[in-house]
Amino acid sequence: MDGAMGLLGGGGGGGSSGGSTDGSMSTVSKAEVVEQDYVGLMSEVSSYPAEAELELGLGLSLGGAMKAKPCAWREYGRILTAKDFPSVVSRGSSASSSSSSGRGTSTTAITGTKRTADTVAQDVGHANGASSQVVGWPPIRAYRINSLASQVKASTAEEDDHSIFGNDKNKNSAKKDTNNSNNKNNSNIQEKGCRRSSLFVKVNMDGVPIGRKVDLNAHSCYESLAQTLEDMFHRPTTTVNANRSSGEKEHNLMVEAAKSSRLLDGSSEFVLTYEDKEGDWMLVGDVPWGMFLNTVKRLRIMRTSEANGLAPRFQERDQRQTPAPRLRGSKPI
Amino acid sequence: MTYFPEEVLEHVFDFLSSHRDRNAVSQVCKSWFRVERWSRHRVFIGNCYAISPERVIARFPRVRALTLKGKPHFADFSLVPHDWGGFVYPWIVAMAKSYPDLEELRLKRMVVSDESLELLSRSFPNFQSLVLVSCEGFSTDGLASIAANCRVLRELDLQENEVEDRRGHWLGCFPDSCTSLVSLNFACLKGEVNLGALERLVARCPNLRSLRLNRAVPLEALHKILTRAPQLVDIGIGSYVHESNSEAYVKLCNAVLNCKSVQSLSGFLEVAPCCLPAFYPICLNLTSLNLSYAPGIQGNELINLIRHCRKLQRLWILDYIGDKGLEVVASTCKELQELRVFPYDPYGGGNATVTEEGLVAISMGCPKLHSLLYFCRQMTNAALINVAKNCPNFTRFRLCILDPTKPDHVTLQPLDEGFGAIVQSCKGLRRLSLSGLLTDQVFLYIGMYAERLEMLSIAFAGESDKGMLYVLNGCKNLRKLEIRDSPFGDIALLTNVGKYETMRSLWMSSCDVTLGGCKALAKKMPRLNVEIINEKDQMMENSHDDGEKVEKMFVYRTLCGPRRDAPDFVWTL
Repeated sequence: MDGAMGLLGGGGGGGSSGGSTDGSMSTVSKAEVVEQDYVGLMSEVSSYPAEAELELGLGLSLGGAMKAKPCAWREYGRILTAKDFPSVVSRGSSASSSSSSGRGTSTTAITGTKRTADTVAQDVGHANGASSQVVGWPPIRAYRINSLASQVKASTAEEDDHSIFGNDKNKNSAKKDTNNSNNKNNSNIQEKGCRRSSLFVKVNMDGVPIGRKVDLNAHSCYESLAQTLEDMFHRPTTTVNANRSSGEKEHNLMVEAAKSSRLLDGSSEFVLTYEDKEGDWMLVGDVPWGMFLNTVKRLRIMRTSEANGLAPRFQERDQRQTPAPRLRGSKPI
Repeated sequence: MTYFPEEVLEHVFDFLSSHRDRNAVSQVCKSWFRVERWSRHRVFIGNCYAISPERVIARFPRVRALTLKGKPHFADFSLVPHDWGGFVYPWIVAMAKSYPDLEELRLKRMVVSDESLELLSRSFPNFQSLVLVSCEGFSTDGLASIAANCRVLRELDLQENEVEDRRGHWLGCFPDSCTSLVSLNFACLKGEVNLGALERLVARCPNLRSLRLNRAVPLEALHKILTRAPQLVDIGIGSYVHESNSEAYVKLCNAVLNCKSVQSLSGFLEVAPCCLPAFYPICLNLTSLNLSYAPGIQGNELINLIRHCRKLQRLWILDYIGDKGLEVVASTCKELQELRVFPYDPYGGGNATVTEEGLVAISMGCPKLHSLLYFCRQMTNAALINVAKNCPNFTRFRLCILDPTKPDHVTLQPLDEGFGAIVQSCKGLRRLSLSGLLTDQVFLYIGMYAERLEMLSIAFAGESDKGMLYVLNGCKNLRKLEIRDSPFGDIALLTNVGKYETMRSLWMSSCDVTLGGCKALAKKMPRLNVEIINEKDQMMENSHDDGEKVEKMFVYRTLCGPRRDAPDFVWTL
């Protein structure tokens, strides 16, 4: 039963103080894996060999390839579960020492045991040299591991957006270059359970009783989203009409022919806002696109005059000392 | 004997900045001791439990800068339980009473509470510099008090800390009168920041040299910040996602062109690599580049970026750069001194990563290389011997083969000869981390050749007690020894106990030392704290026998006896 991470294989061969010969398989065989509670880590029990899917959880998954083979190394990025850790307390006599230790089911950190060259070769054959999931190994700061994991999740979402629209030829070629990119995509599939193909959210505009829907995943940045929204709600006129009657259907937006959207730069009568997961109404454009996608629930094109205390966003030279723009009812950032 | 008046001595001692020099000087005679202690303004304490704050204050009454380190190094890898210790609060309380002139505090692996930060901010009117590395226990509220109360703050540098982000407006707490910032690094914060406040802060601090943003600062804000601070020398990019043909990107390109002093670049926490060319103009002068948190930069974009960096001295990257990428580095970055290659996917396997070939290429192309951290999946003795020959100047050599007991993948031999070559050739080696399949032989080499070695990290290595003893008996300058999962037992532990008083600390986990051995050590050496860390069973003292193996042991010299803030699961013998 390969709960062992392969390290168990050589057993006590590494030379405990008992002086067992090195390199020989000891009494500790892989079959002696015993389930233990693992110190400090969440134990999410899973039936080990059957578990071919990646489990979600703490971001240990970093986009490696999914391996379906039930070999010792295969599960990457999985929460270490109870079954992963054998009861080896010392090399050479795991079974006896665990009972004599009187620690009962308490476990130690994994003691990596010495492995024979055979075992090594064997595992290399099985696995792709993936490192075992021993606590604290490989020696990378927990901060770095967590940080990288969460970034991969965020950036794969964005990469998907980019690749869908072919915005970035370089990136596509880069994907072909390295396996990692492919694996990232694979892991994205497994991780999220689905690839994000479309993300439709409602859009309402002040004064327009009928709303629209827009697919956020069809865009990769704020500019193109704003452009699309302007097109959606566009009424062709040449002047900005200050008429604020809410029943009117005719609204006057100057549509910028160029790339930057007036909705975003604060120069139009309207601003683009969104409701986030916490129920607050926020100004669109402050946070990175990926973060925005994760928190947006719906959009609203709001009259600038109704957005209390909202300073125009892109003020170049103006040295305003006003506090940060704050929408009515929202929390200060 | 001396005929110099003490003022002259003090003036001379002012030129001594190294702690070792000052320590040496203070031992010459009573008069020198006295002069030195009054003139020492910077104190470095490598283990906060080695001495109490009161004693430090008694010895050095006029300290202005303090560096403190708390948890053992293996705490970085989750081997030390959270509440083990390393609290800074008692230090701040003591210093608040006695060091009114405190200006700088630098902490590593310590527990820092919001309360500590609040007290710090209120107690030292001249406080200028706070650097927190790998710390935890505080939130953005604590940062708010620092921002609000430290009137002459120059440096707030947060490196890889676990900060509870309460999404407060801490950036807005810098008063309008605060114009003294030179360095601000909040890259490790996870939450949103007040962009307007950030921009205004940058605008009013003309001396700002170093600014490292977190992920929540988008590209649109970046160009405005760079426009306001073209004098920046060190930039950490937050989020960098945009279409390359957008107006914001064009503005950014212009802003970057204006930043003529940038030497250090990092971050790119979220990135659209198509936008990287905006930074090519500053690559020419870059001496430091950290892309180890930028998994989005890969393949050709990465290579193209590096090709522009001919003056690079420090490079931190992820291992998907591959051997080919390292060859590009080797041919481009002739000034390279420090290289760190981190694994992009440590738990997966078999994807494109780096191998011994990449390392050899680097050693051939970069003769000035002296500091290395290299994660890889395979290594050979031949490669290490080659590297040792090409780069005899290593001061720090840390090799981590992801599979902990993997031998030379060609010969299937242990890697003893390879590491042996490294220690033999690199006479200035101060720090070494081993990995791969290793027998006692490698320790024989280390004991024999590594005379300047100060820190040694061992994992899954060795065969018998002899291995550890070679090291303890041989390495004269050893200060920190940390060992995990290696077959060293009581004999190794107890044969040369005097050695531990010459060292800062010894860590052994999942080895073969027994409770009885630890007790014997504690008994023989009263000026060491022998801590047994056993998270599972807190009734240790009663229910265990001496033959039992100890899970985690941390031994360190101290002048204070057992510490009083030890949690239940730590038993000091």
